[in-house]
Amino acid sequence: MIFTIAMLVFPLVWTIYLSLTDAEGSVRAPKEIIGLDNYIEVLTDTARFWPAVGRTIVFTSGVLIAQMVLGMCIALLLRRSFRGQGIIRVAILLPLVATPVAVGMMWRLIFDPNIGPANYLLGLVGLGPFPWLAGEKTALATTMLIDVWQWTPMVALILLAGLTSLSDDIDEAASIDGANAWQRFWSVTLPMVWPSVVVAVLLRGIDALKTFDILYATKGRGGGSFNEVETLNVYAYGLSFDYNEYGLASTVLILFFALIIAAMLALTSRNKER
Amino acid sequence: MMRLTRRYRVFRGIAIVLLLLIMLTPLAWMVMSSFKTNVQIYDPTATFAFSPTIENYQKVFQQANFGRFMGNSFVVAAVSTAISLVLGVPAAYSMSRFAMKRQAVVVLMARVIPAVSLLVPWYYLFSNLRLVGGYGVLILSHMFVSLPLILYIMIGFFDGMPLELEEAAQVDGLTPIGAMWHVTLPMSMSGIATASILSFIFSWNNFMFALVLSGASTKTLPVAIFDFIGYASIDWGGLMAAASVVTLPIMVIALFFQKYVVSGLTAGAVKG
Repeated sequence: MIFTIAMLVFPLVWTIYLSLTDAEGSVRAPKEIIGLDNYIEVLTDTARFWPAVGRTIVFTSGVLIAQMVLGMCIALLLRRSFRGQGIIRVAILLPLVATPVAVGMMWRLIFDPNIGPANYLLGLVGLGPFPWLAGEKTALATTMLIDVWQWTPMVALILLAGLTSLSDDIDEAASIDGANAWQRFWSVTLPMVWPSVVVAVLLRGIDALKTFDILYATKGRGGGSFNEVETLNVYAYGLSFDYNEYGLASTVLILFFALIIAAMLALTSRNKER
Repeated sequence: MMRLTRRYRVFRGIAIVLLLLIMLTPLAWMVMSSFKTNVQIYDPTATFAFSPTIENYQKVFQQANFGRFMGNSFVVAAVSTAISLVLGVPAAYSMSRFAMKRQAVVVLMARVIPAVSLLVPWYYLFSNLRLVGGYGVLILSHMFVSLPLILYIMIGFFDGMPLELEEAAQVDGLTPIGAMWHVTLPMSMSGIATASILSFIFSWNNFMFALVLSGASTKTLPVAIFDFIGYASIDWGGLMAAASVVTLPIMVIALFFQKYVVSGLTAGAVKG
C-alpha cells in the first residue's frame, strides 16, 4: 500500500511541480518556476497539442465502438456450446497475450506498401495499392485496425463471461411471446449483460487512451514520421524522452490526465442514469 | 436449451471459420516469414513455397544476443511478480476483509494514470540516483504493472469467499492470521495462480518502462526487437524471427494456463 502510494503520489506531485517549471535538457539542469507559462504555451499550441487531442479522441472512440460491436457479435456467436469451441477460445486468446510490440512489427510487415501481403491480396482482387501505415491520412486508421485485431477478443471474452452467466429462460419466454432475434437481443439480452459491457468499456477505454506500444512499433523508429499517429500519449513521450522538454511534457501529462478523468466520469455517470 | 435452426448453424460455422482466419493468419504469417530469407519475403510467389531456413534465428541468438535479453525479460517479470504477490496478496486480503474502499480506489488510479506520467518523475529520480540501466529500477517499475493487477484480481477473489470458514477456524482455536494462513490461503491458490500468470504476461509484454529505464545490457525482449530496425532499412527476416521469439514463449504459457488467463481477464465482469 505504502509502495503504491509512494510510486503514485510522488510522481503526481512531481509532475505538477515540473509543469510549473522550465525544466529541459538534462535532468540535472537547473530549473526555475515559471508559473503557468507552460500551460499557456500548450493550450495555444494548435500545431501539435490540439491535433494530438483530436487523434486521441478519434483513436479511442473509434476502437471502442468497433471493439464493442465486434466483441458483442463474437460473444453472441460463441454463446452456445458447440464442437470445437475449445479451439476458438484458444484462437481468440492468442492475439490478447501476444506482445504488443511484436504485434506491431508483424502488422508493419503485413501492411508494408511494397512487400506486404495486405496489398498483394488487394492486388489479387483488382484494388490498387493502398498506403496503409505510410499514408498521411490512412496511418491512424491502420493503427486502429491493429488495435481492434488485438483487443476485440478481450471484449468478447468479458461479454462471453457475462452472457454465459445468464439463464436461457427469459430469452426463451420472449421467443414464445413472438419477439424476433433482434428484439430479443435489444430488450432482453443487452440489458442483462449491460454490467459486463460497462466493465469492458472502462477497461478498454482506459487502455485505448494510453495506447503506445502499437503506435511506437509501427510508426516509431525507422518508420518515418511519427506525426500522423501522434496521440497525446505519444506526444508526451516524445517531449519527455526525445526532446527532454520535461516541463512542457509534464504540462501535457497533467492535461492528459484531466482528460482521462473527465472521460471516466462521463462514462460512469451515464451508466448511473440507466 | 433453445433450438438452433439449420440455417443459423451454417451461418455460425462460416462466421467462426472466418474469425479463426482473421485471428490466426497474421500470427502464422509472422512465424512463416521468420523462416524465410529476405529475398523470399519480397517475393509474393514464395508465400508458401519456400524451403525454411533457420538463418534468422541463428542471427537472433548469436549476433543479437537474444538469449541474454530473454533472461532479462524472464528475471524482471518473475521477480516483479513474486514481490508483488508477497506484498499484494495480504494487502488485497485486508482490503477485502476490512472493506477499505478508499485504498481500493488508489489501486484503480494506478490503472488509469498513463505510464508516461510516472516515467518522467521516475526517470528524474532514478537518473539522479544513477540507477537507470540496472535491474532494480526495471523490477520496481514492472511492479507498478503487477501490483495493481494482483490487487484487482485478488480483492475480487477474496470478496467472493465465504467468511464463515475463517470464523469456524477461529472458533476451533486459530488466530485470525492463522485462519488466513491455514484456511483462506490454501483455498486461494487458483486466484493466486490467475493473478501471477496474468501479471507475468503483462510484465513480459511491457514495453515503455523498459524502453526508458533499461540499459544496453538489461534490455528486455520487447525493446531488443528494435535492434533489427535500422534507420535506413529493416531486416524483415530477422525482425520476424525476433518478434516470434518474444511472442511464442508467452503464448505457450498462456495456452498452458488458459483457464486462469481467461478468468483473470474477465475478472470483475460477471459480478459487474
